[in-house]
Amino acid sequence: MTFGLGVSAIGQGLLWATLGLGLFLTFRILDFPDMTVEGTFPMGAAACVAAINHGINPIWATLIAIGVGMLCGLATGLLYTKGRIPILLAGILVMTAAYSVNLRIMHGRSNLTLLDKPSLLKLPIFAHTPMYFDSVFLGFTVIVILTLVLIYFLQTDLGQAFIATGDNEKMARSLGIETDNMKIMGLMVSNGVIGLGGALVAQNDGYADVNMGIGVIVIALASIIIGEVAFGELTMNQRLVAVTLGSILYRFVLLVVLRLGFNTNDLKLFSSVVLALCMMVPVFRDMFDLKRVWKRGITTHD
Amino acid sequence: MTKPILELRHVVTKVNRNTPEELTLLKDLNLTINEGDFITILGSNGAGKSTLFNTIAGNLTIDAGEILLRGEHIENESEERRTRFLSRVFQDPKLGTAPRMTVAENLLLATKRGEHRHLTPRHLKQHMADFKEMTSGMGNGLDERLQTPTGSLSGGQRQALSFLMATLKKPDILLLDEHTAALDPKTSQELMTATNERIMAQNLTCLMITHHLDDALKYGNRLVVISDGKITYDVSGAEKQQLTQEKLYSFFSDLQD
Repeated sequence: MTFGLGVSAIGQGLLWATLGLGLFLTFRILDFPDMTVEGTFPMGAAACVAAINHGINPIWATLIAIGVGMLCGLATGLLYTKGRIPILLAGILVMTAAYSVNLRIMHGRSNLTLLDKPSLLKLPIFAHTPMYFDSVFLGFTVIVILTLVLIYFLQTDLGQAFIATGDNEKMARSLGIETDNMKIMGLMVSNGVIGLGGALVAQNDGYADVNMGIGVIVIALASIIIGEVAFGELTMNQRLVAVTLGSILYRFVLLVVLRLGFNTNDLKLFSSVVLALCMMVPVFRDMFDLKRVWKRGITTHD
Repeated sequence: MTKPILELRHVVTKVNRNTPEELTLLKDLNLTINEGDFITILGSNGAGKSTLFNTIAGNLTIDAGEILLRGEHIENESEERRTRFLSRVFQDPKLGTAPRMTVAENLLLATKRGEHRHLTPRHLKQHMADFKEMTSGMGNGLDERLQTPTGSLSGGQRQALSFLMATLKKPDILLLDEHTAALDPKTSQELMTATNERIMAQNLTCLMITHHLDDALKYGNRLVVISDGKITYDVSGAEKQQLTQEKLYSFFSDLQD
């Protein structure tokens, strides 16, 4: 029982890690919070489930989810760079608009099921895996491929220009880097990956829900920040891996919370509290820095 | 035989257009820059020195006049496009480098200034020997810190790096905007010497804004004074060499009368 829950948590952690990786591109590299993800995630789910219900192969349906995610990113990117709308608001606009689009995709229903329909988890290669292991294998495969692709991308000339844009935009422009295009590209790739996350989670859960996007940015941020708090100073490549480990750790935290007797309705509250605590770690570190308190006691000020 | 590389003709630049705060910063400015010119630019605060640089670099669009690069109009080219032929070093050490990227990564970005960047591997290792040699020429320990994020370098090292990045791929025009002003006197002098050596060695065409009269006199083949959005004084060659601080001072006080 407990073992099963642990495996399930790892599987969930791996599938949800796609969100962390997607958001990493905007939140950590471009250095801004992209609210679009709260609309992209359910859109990826809705598009994938609707496509499968229309008889489209689950692999194609998942690719469609990536495509619609990229379109959301494009919309936010254009509003932000060409429309000069602040990024937070641009994201909220697209996220809000996405809600209506998602209902359209799901034919006006707020919930669309995959019951008795094929999905990536029902592919023949997963036929003989024990319970919960199918999502572990699927999540692991996707995360390995995604992480390798991102590592390659960030080490290319284009990837380096993308990093420079987030690091020092003025310098990037003075070196001829088209920073607007870099931001649009980053938002598209990021939201494409989040759309993929939506498709995977929907196939794992067996349904898409129009409200499944609420709070996902907190979950994605939690994977990034738990990874950073847990593993400290890392290179870029290691940081990408840390996101996935952070996502799995986060699932175990939720598991513990549920075991303590709280119910699933409390999970969003806990997500926020966990994220807030992790983000405050540097403050706590300064506050309780005993080494410095001790030093202050013995140094003289003459 | 020197030929013009960049010409500004009757250039007018305004900011805050169509608002009550509209200001005309460059007023019918004319300047012809010849190939190989090393021009030092003097002028009081608000005279339009930085505006001139922002106009040349494309950060500000012009309201009238024309800008020609080797006879070709470039007024409508974006800032990014103009980096094909132009590079600049800012006064603020924070502006010239990407703080979370290493020294070597910053240099690598600069090797592709003004070029399209593709999904091809960056090949950082192949450049390391070059970067090592280049940075050791600056004589400030930068070569020992190629793998260090530039955010943890000293201001002097960062400015030296910014300068290297600006000249790594030879620009047709180099703009130096008081690039030594934020440094302590010794570091500032060292960077100025290194700057002059590299400009001479590569025969760069360079415009340098400075507030140091002695630097303005000592370096370059031409000296230009900007006041109230116009070029008010322009000497070169032998005439510049005979210029003294006293003459310049008297010139400045004449202007204020």
